Amino acid sequence: MEDLPDAEIPPSDVPPRYHTGRLPNSKVGDGKPRLLLMGQRRSGKSSISSVVFHKLPPSETLYLETTTRIKKESMHSFMDFQVWDLPGHLDYTDPTWDIDVIFGEIGALIWVIDAQDEYLEAIGRLNDTILKLQERYPDINVEVFVHKVDGLSEDYKSDTFRDIIQRVQDELSDNGYENAPVSFYQTSIYDHSIFEAFSKVIQKLIPQLPTLEALLNSLCSTCRIEKAYLFDIMSKIYIATDTSPTDIGSYEICSDYIDVVIDVSEIYGWDRPSENGSSEITETGNNDAESLITMERKGNNYLYLREINKYLALICLMGDDSPAEKKAVIDYNVGVFQAALNQVFPRAEREQLLSPE
Amino acid sequence: MNTGKRQKQRKVLLMGKSGAGKSSMRSIVFSNYVAKDVRRLGATIDVEHSNIKFMGNLMLNLWDCGGQDGFVENYLTHQRAHVFGSVAVLIFVFDIESREFQADVISYSNIIRALEECSPSAKVFILIHKMDLVQARLRVQLFEERAEYIRSASEGFRDIVEFFPTSIWDQSLYKAWTQIIYFLIPNAGTIEGLLRQLAEIIDARELILYERTTCLMVTHVTRGTEGQNPFTDRFERISSILKTHKQSMAKHTGIPAGSANFAEMQIKTGRFMFFITRLTENTNLAASIPPSEQVFNAARVNILLVRPQFAQLDIASKPRPGIQQAFAHSAESESRRDVGAGASEDRHSGKGKEAVGSGGGGGEYSG
Repeated sequence: MEDLPDAEIPPSDVPPRYHTGRLPNSKVGDGKPRLLLMGQRRSGKSSISSVVFHKLPPSETLYLETTTRIKKESMHSFMDFQVWDLPGHLDYTDPTWDIDVIFGEIGALIWVIDAQDEYLEAIGRLNDTILKLQERYPDINVEVFVHKVDGLSEDYKSDTFRDIIQRVQDELSDNGYENAPVSFYQTSIYDHSIFEAFSKVIQKLIPQLPTLEALLNSLCSTCRIEKAYLFDIMSKIYIATDTSPTDIGSYEICSDYIDVVIDVSEIYGWDRPSENGSSEITETGNNDAESLITMERKGNNYLYLREINKYLALICLMGDDSPAEKKAVIDYNVGVFQAALNQVFPRAEREQLLSPE
Repeated sequence: MNTGKRQKQRKVLLMGKSGAGKSSMRSIVFSNYVAKDVRRLGATIDVEHSNIKFMGNLMLNLWDCGGQDGFVENYLTHQRAHVFGSVAVLIFVFDIESREFQADVISYSNIIRALEECSPSAKVFILIHKMDLVQARLRVQLFEERAEYIRSASEGFRDIVEFFPTSIWDQSLYKAWTQIIYFLIPNAGTIEGLLRQLAEIIDARELILYERTTCLMVTHVTRGTEGQNPFTDRFERISSILKTHKQSMAKHTGIPAGSANFAEMQIKTGRFMFFITRLTENTNLAASIPPSEQVFNAARVNILLVRPQFAQLDIASKPRPGIQQAFAHSAESESRRDVGAGASEDRHSGKGKEAVGSGGGGGEYSG
């Protein structure tokens, strides 16, 4: 895990090798699924992309400048994503804009609405956009983030949320698009909800999702794991989980756990000078990072992390059986899971083998 | 265990002007607060006492003294002997942003005079707090200026007073408190010696001993090339990593932060292996070892075996033969592969014991 590249810097000149999220309406070419962030100005688009993809502390987002031009950011991770941060004032309906360039290859359009602000105008623009997309690109998922909900009271929050959904859906059904792929999320950069929402958005773009879920389900049932997540280490977005009910709490535990492992790995994973040529230790440990936390009190969950490949980690929350007894079972089954995953994404593995040239 | 018997009570005064950040740092270090939680704290009225058990044999008797002028007046007059008597450590907190620095220093020297009168052998630590509010390039210079000025007002403590720049938003708070705690631990030298022997035996790159509830480092042992680790603040970093994790577990599982302790944490990678496990009732031991399953397992077994040894240090009682026998026995019954390690372990458990005898009685306390 120590040699992860930064999100914004491509790991090498060679075009990134992992590429799985092929979309029905994507053109040939680099084929990077694009996430498009849109919304009124000051609704929080740049803050979202800084927090999620650049790990900016949420409190620092106050100082972000207004975005004045399209900001393209690539995320080189398990899947290659491009996030386009579109300035709010941009009128893309202007005929001088090549609408194909913007919408031609996107997987999902994320529309950010500031829930603390007057949102009627934003909804108007959103509806126009959805209708326009429905004519030409009906496969694009529209994901509406009702954002900045941290500042609202519980009641007001759900009222606002319901109101926004209602207004959008009314408009859609008036125009005969009841089944347009539009989803809604309540988000805030001050807690994990934004990561959770992104996880759901990205999961929709993974064609292999059902397979992954089935694999995780069988892993869970064989090892009596309570909850298993497949995390993208860099962005802390989970790309799949088993189909048992999720609660945000277990996601947060796992996400914080990744931080612990990464932080400790950073401290002790530095490049050591070779030990004076002495080859006393010929056996090296497992190259895939592995970690286990057992809790002191009976009845508490314990945590298990296993690095699956350069980008992915499997994190499991387990019940109170003694881990020492189950460790061998888990190790074996995770090995099986890893092999299965390589079959699901054969391309990644094959190209990994070819990559030394 | 007979903990109560030989406990050392150490009185620690936490003073400074109102709003300097005394209660904030106390809450963060000792009560599992995170930095942003301290906004909720109100002003401290009079003195808030807290007893913190540290390493079993050390009881910190922390007096968080409200800093409003009225209270300070009272400490210096009516309660003079009560407040300033038998103090082991005075921690004085200065706010770097304070507009009345001169007045702060005058108040400080009044307190110093009272301390000199009632507990002349006390140690004084000065924390210059809220350093995050100063521009990064000015920090060092401003800190040194202030420190020099305060030193000149320190009367009889002029030569022993120690200064730390601190902020609740980074590792510096832990760094300062680690030094303070290290000073207070009566048998730090003995513990360190024993830890060093342990590190040799299990071939650890680094061993770090943490107090369990506060995650403050007690001491550490670094061997070989690990000394060149570029992260020189790693001990404080790990403190805060552990603390953050504890809070995360507490928050999402609904158990109180005080008892959300893990029994063990392991991280294995191709470059290093790392684990943290309980050593004694009040301490956790973090070990960074070379990436080898063999070393890892041997280290775990050996740490399990030295527990009674450290437990004795913890309570600083006279060596009890019973434990040593049981200990030797269990060492022998270890598997073949660990015989070598187990035996050498045993050999110096004897050495360790002597060290306890000499160190535990007098204490390594030097003022």
